[in-house]
Amino acid sequence: MKKLKSIQEAINMIKPGSSIMVGSFGLAGYPEKLIEALAESELKDLTIISNDLGSPGIGLGKLLRNNQIKALIGNYYNWNPEVAMANNEGKIKVTLVPQGTFAEAIRAAGVGIPAFFTPTSAGTDLAQGKEIKIFNERTYIMEESIKADVALIRAYKADELGNLVYYKTARNFNPLMAMAANLVIAEVDEIVPTGTLDPECIVTPHIFVDVITAKEGI
Amino acid sequence: MQVISEEKAKQRIAKLVAQYFDKCAEEKTLFINLGVGIPTMVADYITNTNIFLQAENGMLGVGKAASEGQKDRNLINAGRVPITETSGCSFFDSSTSFGMIRGGHIDATVIGAFEVDEEGTIANWIIPNGKQLGVGGAMDLVSGARQVIIAMQHTTKKGQPKLVKKCKLPITGVGEADIVVTEMGVFFLENNKLVLKQIAPEISLDILSCITEADFEVSSDLKVMDVD
Repeated sequence: MKKLKSIQEAINMIKPGSSIMVGSFGLAGYPEKLIEALAESELKDLTIISNDLGSPGIGLGKLLRNNQIKALIGNYYNWNPEVAMANNEGKIKVTLVPQGTFAEAIRAAGVGIPAFFTPTSAGTDLAQGKEIKIFNERTYIMEESIKADVALIRAYKADELGNLVYYKTARNFNPLMAMAANLVIAEVDEIVPTGTLDPECIVTPHIFVDVITAKEGI
Repeated sequence: MQVISEEKAKQRIAKLVAQYFDKCAEEKTLFINLGVGIPTMVADYITNTNIFLQAENGMLGVGKAASEGQKDRNLINAGRVPITETSGCSFFDSSTSFGMIRGGHIDATVIGAFEVDEEGTIANWIIPNGKQLGVGGAMDLVSGARQVIIAMQHTTKKGQPKLVKKCKLPITGVGEADIVVTEMGVFFLENNKLVLKQIAPEISLDILSCITEADFEVSSDLKVMDVD
């Protein structure tokens, strides 16, 4: 039970200026209570690494309104037009990475691969300045892995060790981010006794998880 | 030039793509990914049960849109629309999902576009300095899916051609389009050339040329669209 902490205790472990991965796709599968507590904290100059930034003022969108964000690495901010505005005004630095490359770059960081080649974005603005290599007459772009100081992830159930299972399309980037950060904090709907999750169904083995917080509090 | 209403144009485009998939699925099982907008509407017209829909946010076997009582905020497609499950559906992480796409396991993707040019180069992700900032999975889909089908209206709201000689907006993929379906024509990219295969019943070839900036050849087997 050493991994079990309150939402506030978990947020207190994060330092200002950290790079933070956050699992989510739109408002599906995001660590709601952790983000709420992050938005109420004094933490600033954060680099947020996530698929999108929620909606204006909702979910991760709160952090932008609070001026807690220094930089974003992600791929789809169309659902939150305040991101384009902040970027155009030079308030934040946004790095766009195609969604599949983004997912793979996070996975790569978690499995010890510093870079990989992908055909995605070849010939486009997003490939500018990147190394190019030809394999079997096709152009590939070298993409570097993406890691973070902290990952805030959302899962459905955890056992007391920190093994995780997910729920439907709330899975998205969560299992990948669980492998790619120094400090991994999982917010879960329910904590169950160790041994009650089917070992065949565990998606994230507990080796990757440092802290468990329950949505309803402990 | 507006020959049919926007709504009818969109339905027609979706119907034409669905007709194509239904036919392909007579030969083999199809795995397809539908983008947002007109592409999503394709699902409404597919009749062949040998077709499985993939959503890049991590689901294979996407069902119909959820009705009011069925909505689950954690069961959505890539357009954030609440959807339903089908028998035999599965969920997976985003890396596996794009592995399916990049790895060539997805037979086709249907996406919208701002511009497509004569060589099949697509511009569909950004208007510089605009109100939107996002690429999403568009670049992964056009480079990874085995076939890329563009489903778009023939002209912009201001009447400008969207099938152009050379894309002016930032591109999504070079030469990746395989089929372009508009309410006015169905074009296949063959040997790096646009070939018109079907034409709308309301217009002549001359008129189609006037509203199309790109050069295209006409198939010897040109058909009039089978539409209502």
